[in-house]
Amino acid sequence: MAILIDETKKVLVQGITGREGRARTKLMLGMGTNVVCGVTPGKGGQDVDGVPVFNDVPEAIRACGEIDISVVFVPARLVKGAAIDAIEAGVKLVVLVPDRVPVWDAMAVAKCATKHGASFVGPNTLGILSPGRGSLGMIGGNAESAKKWFKKGSVGVISRSGGMTSSCAYYIGQAGVGMSTLVHVGGDQVLGLRIPDVALLFEADPETEAIVIFGEIGGSQEEDLAALMNAGKVTKPVVAYIGGKAAKEGTRFSHAGAIIEGGKGTHDGKIKALREAGATVVDAFGELPEAALRTLKTAGIAVGS
Amino acid sequence: MARLHEYEGKALLAERGLTIPKGAACSTPAEAKATAESLGGACVMKIQAWTTSRKAQGGVVFPESADEAGKDAERLLGMRIGQFPVEQVLVEERIAIKDELFVSMSINDAARAPVLLLSLAGGSGVEERADAVHQMPVDPETGVDLAEVRSVLAGSAIEAKFHDGLVDAIDGAVRMAREIEARSVEINPLVTTDDGRVVAADSRVTIDDYAVFRHPELGIDIARELDHPPTRLERIAYDIEQADHRGTFYFAKLPTTGAADERTIGFHGAGGGGSMMSMDAVVHAGFTPANFTDTSGNPSSAKVYAAARIILQQEGVVGYFGSGSGVASQEQHHSAYGVAKAFRELGLDIPAVIRLGGNSEDRAVRILEAACAGLPAEVVGFKKDDPPARCAERFKALVDANGGKVWTPRKRTIPAFVGSSEAIVFRIDLGDGWEGNVWIDNQNCDEKATEVVLANCGGVLEDHGDGLSFAVSNEELLKKDSEMIACEIECALAGYPVVYVDLPIPGIDDLEGEVC
Repeated sequence: MAILIDETKKVLVQGITGREGRARTKLMLGMGTNVVCGVTPGKGGQDVDGVPVFNDVPEAIRACGEIDISVVFVPARLVKGAAIDAIEAGVKLVVLVPDRVPVWDAMAVAKCATKHGASFVGPNTLGILSPGRGSLGMIGGNAESAKKWFKKGSVGVISRSGGMTSSCAYYIGQAGVGMSTLVHVGGDQVLGLRIPDVALLFEADPETEAIVIFGEIGGSQEEDLAALMNAGKVTKPVVAYIGGKAAKEGTRFSHAGAIIEGGKGTHDGKIKALREAGATVVDAFGELPEAALRTLKTAGIAVGS
Repeated sequence: MARLHEYEGKALLAERGLTIPKGAACSTPAEAKATAESLGGACVMKIQAWTTSRKAQGGVVFPESADEAGKDAERLLGMRIGQFPVEQVLVEERIAIKDELFVSMSINDAARAPVLLLSLAGGSGVEERADAVHQMPVDPETGVDLAEVRSVLAGSAIEAKFHDGLVDAIDGAVRMAREIEARSVEINPLVTTDDGRVVAADSRVTIDDYAVFRHPELGIDIARELDHPPTRLERIAYDIEQADHRGTFYFAKLPTTGAADERTIGFHGAGGGGSMMSMDAVVHAGFTPANFTDTSGNPSSAKVYAAARIILQQEGVVGYFGSGSGVASQEQHHSAYGVAKAFRELGLDIPAVIRLGGNSEDRAVRILEAACAGLPAEVVGFKKDDPPARCAERFKALVDANGGKVWTPRKRTIPAFVGSSEAIVFRIDLGDGWEGNVWIDNQNCDEKATEVVLANCGGVLEDHGDGLSFAVSNEELLKKDSEMIACEIECALAGYPVVYVDLPIPGIDDLEGEVC
């Protein structure tokens, strides 16, 4: 098993005829994802790499049956509408790839998702990848190198940075450790699935034996994960690195969510919370693969191929 | 900028029916004096600066007369908060305060919704006395539950005649937050007065950077959250980012201490998390980044070139450190060409370490090191299997060996054939307000040089036996900057420096001898 994406999930791509939509559909197909249809208003009847295109989500569902996941590649200002369309049509997981989605739009999507019992990942997510099983979004760059870099195994990766999701997986893979699923939760302030939510999914996944986190300053995702560990709800070993030690309060560091405000979300605070909860927190990113390896060995877990 | 000054936030609150103190923002002592006069002399004066402790820094004063206000304004307008001068003071009427409330709406990442904090005992030390603060959920569509606000007030010692006014003020503030898509709105304090009014005595408002495009009415010129008003370099960089949509480019000045032993560096990251992680590594090695920069999302060579040029407008840096996630999915050779072009034009004489890990990293490092081999300082490229800590250590060794040399911003070197009537020239259009020209030294294009140009121009040019001509339409030529920057570098490396992409940076290259 893996979490969120595997070869059994039926996937829809919203904005499939756009530049990104086309390129990433090809990538997802190459990764083994079961992309069954796409949606672009006014482009119904076309196809993209053999994937049929429909005018809206209900029409796509009528033609292709129930959809598990929709991946959204539309301009940032249209993301709210697209996500709500998919959720209201009954899709239970929506992946919002675009960057620069207004935060009040993200909150409106969150309200809609709660109402319909759906989840979303992002906005501003590179995506999700389960090695050997499939991917969602743009993670992996190209299928060929992604297959080479990301090995199947027992570590779940959760990251607040897209590039660092791939980096974590690559370096851990180099150390001989494979991965169940890599999840980039997104760089924004308001996100669908946050680090603690994804950690709970990994906790429930029999294949995942340990969790690696790339955290950042700002917000409370890391502190909330620590609280779950303290409450005994996340019991698998957690290895983490937190970026932004050198960051000062009040300036945003690229990601909308990476800002220390009112003394909250500091580097020190996050490290302290995680360490007190029993996580292994490394000081330099380069120490992460070895720490992951050591953690697995200490826990008596066989290291994947 | 995406933060509003106190007086700007108050004006927006007033538009929604809140009462604000009489007064005006002033940029000169004379204006301050006149405003004080109109208020009857005695007044309150506050610097308009983004700092949490204006009072402690002497930025809030209580002049007793208009003359005194003029003198105070002279002093306050000469203040610096961090490195940044105070440009305005807010001169307001004095208020006889009865009750002080703390009202703050901010977005809570765990709730995925705004949260309203309300304290009936003012805001000082509000973090330390969480039990005295009422926390209420805010629905992103319908706002705050006013009945709940009313019940909190009903249980307080605040006189009942103020309750309606307070509820209206809180409702107005939350409504404003939603309308202008604020990330946070704070009124600290919201006060009741002896003369029976409810007055917003202060305001702090932050707008969502990503929603600024929907709010031209706010007059925000730089949608970027910083802890200071944007500097000239930040404005220049922002204009480049807005002009060229290929990839992202983020440039922010960082605070430096100015201590004698401080070693500041130009910092150039790639990818948000990777940049932050790399910055941590170089800070750990004992350096202070003068800036935070991030070019990612498959940026064009031109955009990376502009980033390097802007970073190298910073005086006094001892080196240039570049590093990102290490496993970038973008084609790193585009970045290598862009950085190398900037270094060559400026004759870089401080060491540079650039970690170009990711797609096409072998090619990228080869390009960077070859193109910079003739420079006075050493330029070293690293790949994904080189951890940032090792890159930072190497960088430190290079800086140590460079004898304390510091960078002086300078004009770029432009080859002599630029502007020649014999040269082939075509325009490059990078977007709104940013453009350049590609120059080819036709006079010196012998058979061999022509061959090299053709081999490296990415199909932009052709030769049917009668010299170089364009192989693509005029419209396509406008976007061939990355191809031609690669061509410029490759031709120079082959010994035929006959191509030059002239990309003047607005605000830098069009100003004679001026340095930011």
